[in-house]
Amino acid sequence: MQIAPSVSNPNRPRRLLRFLLGACALVGVSLSQAQAGGVLTVAMTAGDIPVTTGTPDQGFEGFRFVGWSLYDALVGWDLSKADKPSDIIPGLATSWSIDPNDHKRWIFKLRQGVKFHDGCAFNADDVVWNYARMTDNKSPQFFAQQFALNRGYMTNVANIEKVDDFTVAITTKFVESLFPYTMSYIPMVSRCRAEELKYDWNAFAMHPSGTGPYRFDRMIPRERLELVPNKDYWNPARVPHQDRMILIPMPEAATRVAALLSGQVNFVEAPPPDTIARLKSAGMQIVTNVYPHNWPFTLNFVKGPFTDLRVRQAANYALNRADFVELLGGLATEEYAQVPPFMPYYGKPVRYEFNAKKATELLKAAKCYPCEITLAISTSGSGQMQPLPMNDLLKSQMEEAGFKVNFKVMDWNAMLEIARGGVDKFPDIDGYNGSRALVDPVIAVIKPVAKAYWSPAGANWGHFYNADIEKLVADIFTEFDDAKRMALLTKLHEAENEQAIMIFVVHDVNPRALSPHVKGFVQSQHWFQDMTPISVE
Amino acid sequence: MLALILRRLFYAAPIALGVSIVCFSLVYLAPGDPLQAVMPADVTPDMVEMIKHEYGFDKPIPVQYALWLWRALQGDFGLSIGSRRPVIVDVLGSLQNTLLLTSFAVPIAFVIGYSLGAIAGCFPGRWLDRIVTGFAVMGVSVPNYWLGIVMVIAFAVELSWLPATGMGPRGSDAFSIFSLDDLRYLVMPVFTLSMVPVGIIARSTRAAVAEIRGQDFVVTLRAKGLSEIAVIRHVLKNALPQVLAVMGLQFGYLMGGSILIETVFTWPGSGFLLAKAIINRDIPVLQGAILLLSLVFVATNLVVDLLQSAIDPRIRRA
Repeated sequence: MQIAPSVSNPNRPRRLLRFLLGACALVGVSLSQAQAGGVLTVAMTAGDIPVTTGTPDQGFEGFRFVGWSLYDALVGWDLSKADKPSDIIPGLATSWSIDPNDHKRWIFKLRQGVKFHDGCAFNADDVVWNYARMTDNKSPQFFAQQFALNRGYMTNVANIEKVDDFTVAITTKFVESLFPYTMSYIPMVSRCRAEELKYDWNAFAMHPSGTGPYRFDRMIPRERLELVPNKDYWNPARVPHQDRMILIPMPEAATRVAALLSGQVNFVEAPPPDTIARLKSAGMQIVTNVYPHNWPFTLNFVKGPFTDLRVRQAANYALNRADFVELLGGLATEEYAQVPPFMPYYGKPVRYEFNAKKATELLKAAKCYPCEITLAISTSGSGQMQPLPMNDLLKSQMEEAGFKVNFKVMDWNAMLEIARGGVDKFPDIDGYNGSRALVDPVIAVIKPVAKAYWSPAGANWGHFYNADIEKLVADIFTEFDDAKRMALLTKLHEAENEQAIMIFVVHDVNPRALSPHVKGFVQSQHWFQDMTPISVE
Repeated sequence: MLALILRRLFYAAPIALGVSIVCFSLVYLAPGDPLQAVMPADVTPDMVEMIKHEYGFDKPIPVQYALWLWRALQGDFGLSIGSRRPVIVDVLGSLQNTLLLTSFAVPIAFVIGYSLGAIAGCFPGRWLDRIVTGFAVMGVSVPNYWLGIVMVIAFAVELSWLPATGMGPRGSDAFSIFSLDDLRYLVMPVFTLSMVPVGIIARSTRAAVAEIRGQDFVVTLRAKGLSEIAVIRHVLKNALPQVLAVMGLQFGYLMGGSILIETVFTWPGSGFLLAKAIINRDIPVLQGAILLLSLVFVATNLVVDLLQSAIDPRIRRA
């Protein structure tokens, strides 16, 4: 038997090598493509993962990372620029206009071709359905938690009705020219998914479906939420650049910083001021920007020393705001008015520059010297910065001018109860220290002063009332010309400062710490941020 | 023995009922409305009533207690105010994460504490005793959350040897004790958690050993010609019931008292859950977590009592 000799092909090893090299190259390319965007891991200040069933909790941080990742509203925000204030832009609605025959009726034209993550198409029926979900407790989709979370935004919504498949009409309770801002806080969730899950909102929380730039991938309750890009997002410019975004609640500030320095996370919210130097020396990027935030005292206009304008002015003159900025390591700007100077309706408000002598004179003229006041402050809270040391400084400066400051110190939720209860329930509190998100003109300069928003119905905690200001508000709500309305808003802002409606202290600058490998983040002048352009090397 | 077990169980029932009343009413003594976290800013009184009805807070407190207890006996602690998830799911999930920490920390604390205490007890007044006592005092005196932060700075930030936070690179539901990568996340929390029990167990063992060594039976054992090692074995066996009692209490304390360590390390255990529930005024979670942790404590003490009886015949005869 002849055994065929093994034929050795001299070219085989070379061909095999070429094949292997080619295969390696392919694998390398696909791996590098898969990891091109990287994984963004965010340490949030929130104590828990914001709810994923629509409007999130955990304040605006919930909107920032979860709400606007999974969902869209009819009206969006332009978060693409760092050098100018953000304003509203078309979202799931491409346009809106007032009905010329009825100024309480707004017509919203909806964007066509939008799909929810589950594949169902978005249309007018979804808008009507979502409205019932938040307001009609007789409807099967009603969800009490979403009612509570949305109630503050729906104050002026009387009804939403379908006009055609891509048009809805929203009727307001009173004429409000700034109404479109309201529709920028209300996410649209998928009716298909809710019906598929038989309105089990716990199940929906683990399988959310929206129209947003991110899809839900995985969640371990209380620990982490993992989102992946929605490649079919209706706005191709905002398909996320990273491969995955992981959100981790980390309420302890020292833990957040340690996690960043040890490489466990690469994006950290609100690092404490005294860690900035360490973070910079480790090569981290510290990003700040002005944004519509203030850290004031909201005052009691019914009872107590602050019913007198001179005492309110004295409180503002007593403060050396530069000391606060120094205390915060430069991570703040001096606050002399309701809104920061970059806001378009800032105008030329009265500036209560530090003048302790003038403060004392005013107190004496008001026959309140020493002037005993009781202020409610918190130990922490959303936007509250470093409340205890800041208030220690405030007390020392005010007492130098002639105030006698008594603090009622409480946790954040107890403070919220005071904020919601209003002066009727807490008449002995002369003021409370609650940070304010000034994201739109209604929240920023109208709600704190208009009678329609007297607490407990609204945010005018201390029942401020001034006839001229009340008329200005009415004019603003009925003025549909943008330029004229802006002039009125500016006048309102200046009038509020003349009245020293709050004790103004500082504006935050929204510090964040990022790993040097994080690229593409543009910090907008807003509480919300766009996470989609970020990539991780 | 059976009679002993039944008697102990019988005593545990009223204790558990008392615990349930205390933990149900405690959260209502705290200032503030429990629904603050979900109330909108401009809520009107009729909306308050509607929200309270949806969340079950519109009934009188004794009726709320009775309904809550009846549901609790069936394993239903209601829904979290914040997340609307069943409380029992959150609490049991977090309890098992704390149990993981504790079940590593307690044996480590026992082995180290008992050994150190035994050495100190065998050489009372000598330099070994002083070193061990000093170490034990440090263990109980140094704030464990401070120690945790220092360890994070040293081993995670500066040396990058260990991860700073969390329970595994992919979270608790992917955590495996058979994965070295996951076990690295346990090292610092376990070490920090075990420091106080090491100190307490060492001091208790030292006292017990020193006291027993002075007893007549030890003299008799030496007189009978037993080697010193054999004598020490007898001494340690006699010291064990007292130390077991201390260890059992420590297990209960660690299960309920890990709140600071879990917050520093972002370990998703019952302590971290309690901390967040306190901040968010999530009353159903607070009630469920406190009750279950208290019952764990009661059950632990019951098991320790029974173990002591099993080890020490004098307790059985008593």
